[in-house]
Amino acid sequence: MPKESLDVSESLGMVKLLARKIIEAEPILTDADRNLGDGDHGLGMQRGMTAVLEKLESESFSDVKSIFNATGMAMMSSMGGASGALFGTLFRSGAKTLAEKPVFDASALSDFLVAANEGVQARGGASPGDKTMIDALDPAANESLKSKDLPIDEALEAVAAAAESGRDQSKDMIAMMGRAKTLGKKSVGHPDAGACSIAIIFRAMADFANN
Amino acid sequence: MKKLINDPLKVADELIDGLVEAYDGDCVKVGTRSIIKTEIPEGKVALLIGGGSGHEPIYHGLVGTNIADGAACGDIFAAPPPDIVLEATSAVSRGKGVLYLYGNYAGDVMNFDIGAELCSEEGIEVKTVLITDDVCSAPAESKDQRRGIAGLVLIVKMVGAASQSVESLDELERIAKLTVLQTRSVGVSMSPGSIPATGKPTFEIDEALIGLGMGIHGEPGVSEIPMTTADDLTPQMLDLIFKDFADDSDVDELKEGDEILLFVNSLGATTMMECLICLRKAKEYLNERGILVYDTIVGPLVTCQEMTGISFSVTKLNDELKGYWDLPCESLCYTKL
Repeated sequence: MPKESLDVSESLGMVKLLARKIIEAEPILTDADRNLGDGDHGLGMQRGMTAVLEKLESESFSDVKSIFNATGMAMMSSMGGASGALFGTLFRSGAKTLAEKPVFDASALSDFLVAANEGVQARGGASPGDKTMIDALDPAANESLKSKDLPIDEALEAVAAAAESGRDQSKDMIAMMGRAKTLGKKSVGHPDAGACSIAIIFRAMADFANN
Repeated sequence: MKKLINDPLKVADELIDGLVEAYDGDCVKVGTRSIIKTEIPEGKVALLIGGGSGHEPIYHGLVGTNIADGAACGDIFAAPPPDIVLEATSAVSRGKGVLYLYGNYAGDVMNFDIGAELCSEEGIEVKTVLITDDVCSAPAESKDQRRGIAGLVLIVKMVGAASQSVESLDELERIAKLTVLQTRSVGVSMSPGSIPATGKPTFEIDEALIGLGMGIHGEPGVSEIPMTTADDLTPQMLDLIFKDFADDSDVDELKEGDEILLFVNSLGATTMMECLICLRKAKEYLNERGILVYDTIVGPLVTCQEMTGISFSVTKLNDELKGYWDLPCESLCYTKL
């Protein structure tokens, strides 16, 4: 039986799961960033998602928008640096599209992802192909547009697969942003750490909706 | 590395607490991690600076009398998050607008920009001028992409002085842009600092080499050259500054009779002895070219833990900038009588 949409309480459960999955993935993300960046992405994401869990567990939420907004604010406040600003912007830009929406369905997911993708690109200045989180987020947002009429579990599965595929493709890219840029062609062969985080986030959301 | 710290994750907060004690009441901590001058007059155009911690005594040590009004402080080597930028802005704002003046790093720009958006929602007018004095981080034609390094001390000193008397935020923005334009720095590094939380070095460099133009976190420079003497290195670094003033069509080249400020900075572990030896050579080299040093600063003011390295910063003065320089100021990082 397909799941058409998630209510407020289910959406809260989904975000908590993605937070836990990122916290668990700290060693993977640290390794990924050590290859290309300064190695602090895993710890930063772990700190951000720990703050997200604390916030989501200490407050009550009456709509989906405020769950994602609180997630973005908690990440920004606790992480600092570029990744705090970018992941915070992702959730906050996406949340802005969810006003008045009582449930989280595939159409809401798509609105969320398109706005999140635009927001992160505007904030960070990266484009698809620059070997950044955008290389997982942009295909996820594009996939969501094709999945608007699907049940949420199927839409999230498609989005997660697109994000994972984008993460894998980032291996072959030459970094054009951030510290990895200085590596030039040496950056080829490793996926971008931010793209890894995006893939983990959407995989967790899909797994939640499918169970 | 033997470090006198406690919980490695609380380093930034504990150093801020110590900084407040060192200020003896001239500055207080506001909110999570902002250092704010105790007395800011009503109607003053405010100057807010900030950035990651771990580079002490900047940035938060530049708050004080006739200098910056406040600093938004991040964690070690990390930009302050937007809510700290908001709390700092609200604390310094006196109704005439707030100028953000900080080094051009992606994380700082994103977080200060989000902070500025939050402030505008609260009705506080904010403008931003980025510090981009590191000539080795991008060519002259794309100088707006350069990093901010030690020249920030000269820049914040002068813009802080100007902020005491300007009538408008637009005027302070103009002065800040002028000061940044006329200030150029070149740095070198010989060995890395370490990240307090992990003890790991911030970068790696061969023992026999000097990183010419490396940034204060170990960002790559223009080349790696063999380790050499103070007297050999100093003219090479100053030549890069001369060349940059000459290459950049937005400024005049440095020539005989020009007056400059000269700042010799240690990145942390390079000693005052070494800085003074380099300063001696720099002065000799400038004298040969007829360039007049109006005032000199020397010492470890823009640091990266126990990183070894040095930088030269030069501000080319005109009568306006000289006026801002001449105003006495007092802060933990820099005091001028």
